[in-house]
Amino acid sequence: MPDPAILASHYILAHGPDFVRYGSKPTREIESSPELLDQLTAALRPWEEVLAYPPNQTFIGNLTPDDLAAIPRPWTEHPVAGASAQGRFGRMIPQAALYGLMKLSDEFDLIAIDAALAAEARSALEGVFPHRLDRIVATPAGELDALIAAGSGMPLYHHGRTAGFLKAVHEQDASLDAHVLFENLACKATAVLAVAGVLAGRGLDPAAVDWLLNTGEEAVGDRYQRGGGSLSKAVGEVVGCINATGYDIKAFCSAPVHGLITAAAMVAAGLHEYVVVLGGGSQAKMGMKFRAHLRNGVPVMEDCLAGMAFIVGPDDGTGMRLRLDLTGRHPIGAGSSAQAIYQALVIDPLDRAGLKMTDIGRYAVEMHNPEITEPGDSGDVPRTNYRTLAAMAVFRGEIARDQMEEFTTRHGMPGFAPTQGHIPAGVPYLGHAQAAMHRGELQNAMIVAKGSLFLGRMTQLVDGVSFVVEPGSKTTS
Amino acid sequence: MELKGKQVVAIGEREGVNGPSLKLLAESAGASVVFSVTQCFV
Repeated sequence: MPDPAILASHYILAHGPDFVRYGSKPTREIESSPELLDQLTAALRPWEEVLAYPPNQTFIGNLTPDDLAAIPRPWTEHPVAGASAQGRFGRMIPQAALYGLMKLSDEFDLIAIDAALAAEARSALEGVFPHRLDRIVATPAGELDALIAAGSGMPLYHHGRTAGFLKAVHEQDASLDAHVLFENLACKATAVLAVAGVLAGRGLDPAAVDWLLNTGEEAVGDRYQRGGGSLSKAVGEVVGCINATGYDIKAFCSAPVHGLITAAAMVAAGLHEYVVVLGGGSQAKMGMKFRAHLRNGVPVMEDCLAGMAFIVGPDDGTGMRLRLDLTGRHPIGAGSSAQAIYQALVIDPLDRAGLKMTDIGRYAVEMHNPEITEPGDSGDVPRTNYRTLAAMAVFRGEIARDQMEEFTTRHGMPGFAPTQGHIPAGVPYLGHAQAAMHRGELQNAMIVAKGSLFLGRMTQLVDGVSFVVEPGSKTTS
Repeated sequence: MELKGKQVVAIGEREGVNGPSLKLLAESAGASVVFSVTQCFV
């Protein structure tokens, strides 16, 4: 049986300034205080600033996490000179391209856009996305005006003007409400771009993909099975994975790591050769902390939808072996304190293999960009996690107490991912890890994700899962 | 803070101290926890 490997990773950011108002928090707050819309709009960043924002350039691979750590905070005031939308293992797109991807991913004619937006979208996607550009067509002006006047759905804005409309399909089904469809279509579109990117980057024919595992946080379905649906095949259909099928893995933020382990097990068992693990963006989370950002006089930074995709296949030396014998999990009886969680996810698998915490080159934890979370008093999430790990290394006698800061710097990294739930959960580092292993700078890394099961009010439990990657067999000297 | 005899609403955070832990702490200090939950604020 083959050793399973993560062969390629791809990360995308879709700038959506006019999508922020439709995030869950802004929608509710603006409804009760309409004057907030102007304040929110005034605090949004233009494309050029979002493109040059150091954490975003790190997310798509043009800066390493160490490069980012060397840039002084606030990063909003230290733009990257000559920033490119094309990343080493990712891409950023402007809002018109995002609308274009939603339009070409729309199988039910839900979205109507005007001629100017359609032209801008096609132009923005030329040379970026190879599929279905002929589907980005405008709705005639009279027809669009009639839709907007009828009001059954939601207007779509582009740089402040009304440029389209998303139609409601069933007024009595809350699961097919226009906002829900908007969220799901935005998630699908960003996943579509990520999957197309990972396949193109690897040079893998879409028809060679056997299985798709979507790990996003969206809830697809109608009123009889809310959230019971799937995006895996819907995404694969758009990018030409004609020989693949798939299903979705739902585990809140930890779903991508569950997905990668599942994919690796499928490859190791000989069940499938190439499995793509994917996840689109969380539109509901856009602008989630906008009140705190306004209060602190900083830009509203939850202005991008993210997406990511990974190819898991047989180890051929070009990727990273995923060590199925070095996975961690959080059993029901483990307890949910930070220490209990890391005992289960980090210490237990290392103990089984006879490894020390310091034997792991880098830990990738919840990689939330601290510049987004600190204004809302949520602190620097990665740093908090690394401090916990460092404290556990002290308890185990692996490092001295005065070496905690050094442990945090050496084995950790600054957060650089948008706060989109499943997106920051360990996996943003995989592209960087693969590059560092190819440079011969990294011997292994542990990817750790936590999931907030309690948010659904069915349990007080938390979830978590982890794995270790190391250089592919042919790159090991 | 004297918690004995007080009624407590315990709102924990995933990246900090979770709801069940706060509940145990408050109860051990003599409080009655009327509601406990963990949130994820990031």
